[in-house]
Amino acid sequence: MMNNLCVLPVVIPMATGVLLMLTQARPALSRAIAISGNILSLGVALALVETVRADGIQVLAFGNWPAPFGIVFTVDMLSALMVAVTMVVSTATLLFASVSLDDLHKKNFFYPLFQFLLMGVNGAFLTGDLFNLFVWFEVLLVSSYGLMALGSQAYQLQETFKYLVINALSSALFLIGVALIYGATGTLNMADLVFKFPALADSGMAGVIAVIFLVVFGIKGALFPLYVWLPRAYYGPPTVISGLFGGLLTKVGVYALFRTVTLFFAPGSTFVLPLLSFVAGATMLLGVLGALSQWDFKRILSYHIVSQIGYMIMGLAIYTPLALAGGIFYIIHHILVKTSLFLVAGAVEKRYGTTNLRALGGAADGSPLLATLFMFAGLALAGAPPLSGFVAKFMLLRSGLEAANHLVVAVSLVVSFLTLYSMMKIYRYAFWRQEAENAIVVQGEPVRTFAIAALVTLSLVLGLGGAILLPYVEIAAAQLLDPVAWGTVVLEARVR
Amino acid sequence: MHLAVLTVVAVFITCGVYLLLDRTLLRVVIGLGLLSNGVNLALLASGGLGPGAAPILGHGSAAIVDPLPQALILTAIVIGFGVTALLLTLAFASYQSQLSDDLEDLHGRLDDE
Repeated sequence: MMNNLCVLPVVIPMATGVLLMLTQARPALSRAIAISGNILSLGVALALVETVRADGIQVLAFGNWPAPFGIVFTVDMLSALMVAVTMVVSTATLLFASVSLDDLHKKNFFYPLFQFLLMGVNGAFLTGDLFNLFVWFEVLLVSSYGLMALGSQAYQLQETFKYLVINALSSALFLIGVALIYGATGTLNMADLVFKFPALADSGMAGVIAVIFLVVFGIKGALFPLYVWLPRAYYGPPTVISGLFGGLLTKVGVYALFRTVTLFFAPGSTFVLPLLSFVAGATMLLGVLGALSQWDFKRILSYHIVSQIGYMIMGLAIYTPLALAGGIFYIIHHILVKTSLFLVAGAVEKRYGTTNLRALGGAADGSPLLATLFMFAGLALAGAPPLSGFVAKFMLLRSGLEAANHLVVAVSLVVSFLTLYSMMKIYRYAFWRQEAENAIVVQGEPVRTFAIAALVTLSLVLGLGGAILLPYVEIAAAQLLDPVAWGTVVLEARVR
Repeated sequence: MHLAVLTVVAVFITCGVYLLLDRTLLRVVIGLGLLSNGVNLALLASGGLGPGAAPILGHGSAAIVDPLPQALILTAIVIGFGVTALLLTLAFASYQSQLSDDLEDLHGRLDDE
């Protein structure tokens, strides 16, 4: 069904971003505009979720060129949920950033870059065209280069350079994959590819294309063995920006994997799912082992991003309705919780001037509310009830046992314990141990704590009330497992 | 025709990857430029090479060339241009702050423990 609502999550951040470039010199005004723009997009995203639940998949063909010829935006439940959770965490991050970044950042295009990043992320979630997906990736990456280098510390510059080079390399591979798909099938529309891609299965071309795209999205999503760039790159920028990146950016790669694997790579392939299953286990285990060896709040959290991505890919690799639903639940839970953990790190850094665990200590005395919020978010990350991580992990483990994939289940249980240990280590060294030192900056702390509390509360709501989100992720999983129905809806969408 | 273009693509990408593995910032940038040009040529080849009329409605009924790869390349060139400009700026800024364009010298004090 055609619906103009589909394009608004891209148009609103774009318009807000352009407007914000004009109000560059006035941080207070910029902040008001940015937050209202975000809240508007959040409303649209929630409306999209409800529309998809009530009326099914929504499509918008630009210029009214029907699907295989023009570019389409396609919104199924997965896209709508991803856009909604993106807007939730970005609003909290924006609120936090407005009281934690200094004027140097705010007057150097922080707000516009933030909005353009959101535009790219939402566009990647919504598009139904493979080349258009490449373009949205570039939009979000170019904004992220800007945000990552903002402040121009020597460390930031060198890490941004490496981050840019590795992403440019993966974009080049992406284009090679696009060229191969277009040369072999004559189309780049995802819905059209659902019907034309299976014809390649005999020629061996399907395998080549699948591997290229797995590598591309593996780099973007930080999967084993392509995650090495992430922990160093995310250490450089201000913590609030790392938080947004850690919550959102790798998840765009994971989303692209969910989309492309379910649409064309998994059906008719014998090697994609076993490969993903191995990659999932290795990503979890090596990510968490990396985290254990670190002594810095932010670096530990960065390695946990890698580790947690393994769980999402585990849901994709098991490939049953419950497993996919669990994987999607996990993505949503992870975006909320990981961002809130990074924001706690940012609040601690703001207050005590460092994120080095050896130098910190006693933060629980100085800011008990922050310590409580960290405890909840850390337990959610490890998967303890009654928080959202428990529901997500329960679904994944159960589906893994039902599918008799015991090795991945065993690895994921071990990794959960190691995650808990790692969170305890942070709590012990940063929040307990010694007398609290004097706080350096306390200005703006209520707003920072509010932003974190909002995200942690959502995690608690999704944990205690898992049944609220469950019907939505089940719809999303059912839609993913029926690509032919998805493709038919997209190809037949017309203006009445 | 196809073989010739594919050979050029292979040479470009090989040289690009070789330069990308160098430790000098500027060579990395040049390597990425070569790489993206090789990829653009590959995109061109994906539409099928060979003689054909311009794809204008009502002009010529014989075989026409596929215009889509050209539109894709145009987009890719523009994006590549922007990214290369940004990369050069970053390379210059880190040269100014570290006074070296050797990646070996860019470890920094905040290295992993």
